[in-house]
Amino acid sequence: MIKDRALPVLTVVAMIIAVWYAGAALLNLKFEYDQAERIGKEMSFTEALPKTMAQERPVLPAPHQVAVEIWQTTVEKKVTSKRSLIYHAWITLSATLLGFVFGTVLGILLAVGIIHSRVLDKSLMPWIITSQTIPILAIAPMIIVVLNSIGITGLVPKAIISTYLSFFPVAVGMVKGLGSPDAINMDLMRTFNASRSQIFWKLRWPTAVPYLFTSMKIAIAASLVGAIVGELPTGAVAGLGARLLAGSYYGQTVQIWSALIVAAILAGSLVAIVGLVGSWLNRRMGLREA
Amino acid sequence: MENATLLIICLIFWLAAWFINTRLAQISSTNKTWMTLVNLAIPVLFGIALLVLWEGITRGFGVPTVLLPPPSMIWERIARSGSILWADFKQTYLKAVIAGYILGCGLGFLIAILVDRSPFWKAGIMPIGNLVSALPIIGIAPIMVMWFGFDWQSKAAVVVVMTFFPMLVNTVAGLNAAGHMERDLMRTYASTKWQMLFKLRLPAAMPFIFNALKINSTLALIGAIVAEFFGTPVVGMGFRISAEIGRLNVDMVWATIFVAALAGSISYGLIALLERSITFWHPSNRGR
Repeated sequence: MIKDRALPVLTVVAMIIAVWYAGAALLNLKFEYDQAERIGKEMSFTEALPKTMAQERPVLPAPHQVAVEIWQTTVEKKVTSKRSLIYHAWITLSATLLGFVFGTVLGILLAVGIIHSRVLDKSLMPWIITSQTIPILAIAPMIIVVLNSIGITGLVPKAIISTYLSFFPVAVGMVKGLGSPDAINMDLMRTFNASRSQIFWKLRWPTAVPYLFTSMKIAIAASLVGAIVGELPTGAVAGLGARLLAGSYYGQTVQIWSALIVAAILAGSLVAIVGLVGSWLNRRMGLREA
Repeated sequence: MENATLLIICLIFWLAAWFINTRLAQISSTNKTWMTLVNLAIPVLFGIALLVLWEGITRGFGVPTVLLPPPSMIWERIARSGSILWADFKQTYLKAVIAGYILGCGLGFLIAILVDRSPFWKAGIMPIGNLVSALPIIGIAPIMVMWFGFDWQSKAAVVVVMTFFPMLVNTVAGLNAAGHMERDLMRTYASTKWQMLFKLRLPAAMPFIFNALKINSTLALIGAIVAEFFGTPVVGMGFRISAEIGRLNVDMVWATIFVAALAGSISYGLIALLERSITFWHPSNRGR
């Protein structure tokens, strides 16, 4: 089983790394030739190749360069240092988590309202769906700058953007989830003369939990994107987004790539954590994994 | 005093709209066109009421326009600067988004069909594709700007990468959606692999493919706009947003957002219409 799954994935990963190395050699080669030409020297391919792997500002840094950079800026730097990626990742992570919590709560509240009120359902639901088609991220810099101008800085503006991005999947998923109990079960609750809140807590909520975690996985990934984009307009102060922007200002490609990889690791682990908690909770509640 | 009356009028309008909506929501009729009209009227009324309330609060409380301009002011701005907005739209949407979207979706689709031939590659690429779909791909924007320059090509490249993975994952999932019964039937007809693909599996995959197309239509616009924050010629929606914010011309920013929202909704709507005509057989489209 593991062999069946791991082997293909490892092959693809190995291929990606191979393509990456080839790409790095190819894209960086021109710079080495130009350098050699400038000092009036002929340079053979075998001479130039090792140099493409160790440039200061390569067009595409080789994987090991990125790995070394990540190692240097996480393990070898103090966590409080401004050059530590852990410091920047933590800033992004805190905004992500705050926005994710806000967004999830807001999404659940909206869904509860929509499920229980026909008017809300009919008037709000089309707008929630329409708002999905609007590039919300485009507003991100405005929210940041406007909130800064009235004195709100730091975590909250970024968290607001994350909230904005993460409440949609939760709201839509929970409307579906809270409405998913079978008619038989609803009827049973009614024969018990259950009140609305009893139906909600004993039937609707437990049925909706799997839906909640599925949408929370999407929401936390969206939340991280929101936090990263939210860091762009503040002028590259701190956070992974700021590292990206600073890297692009100063042509520090290795720095951009290492920030990207750390962001990817962060996103992957956040989604995995939410998924694990979800499947653990599902098992505790006696649901089988589909 | 004048502000207070304005505020009260808006509140009254809001309450009246809400009251009408509660009434409308209770209507149930067997007449189909009538029901469609009612179901359309409720969100429209809600939207208008929201706009009126927005106008009333911003004018009534004298909210600084830097914070939130009233809708009438945004509309005025849209009407006045149509040519700038059109130029931005042309640069960002008609060039970067459309080129990137077609290329990204097309590549994703082709690779998915190739990958589908081999279970080994499918097992290898699918988990990675799923992982990458959850990653903040938008972060490659600065790299693409470095590689492909400031003009729309770099934005299109970002859009290609952003739209590629959702398309790949959804198409591969969709190609497995055809049922065993139908496949067995095709086999009893001695159909070739390609016949199987074109007559059974691709049509069965259409709902998934359209799902990806819909997700991507939003992603593409976001990708192009955010990529412009990293460097752009002096035209484009992302440039307009970041430049006008610097000058605190918030109404212009809102006007650009309005254009973006309109473009996003219309392209989403067009794809949804196309979907309904192509996947008319799907349960979610039946009985309409």
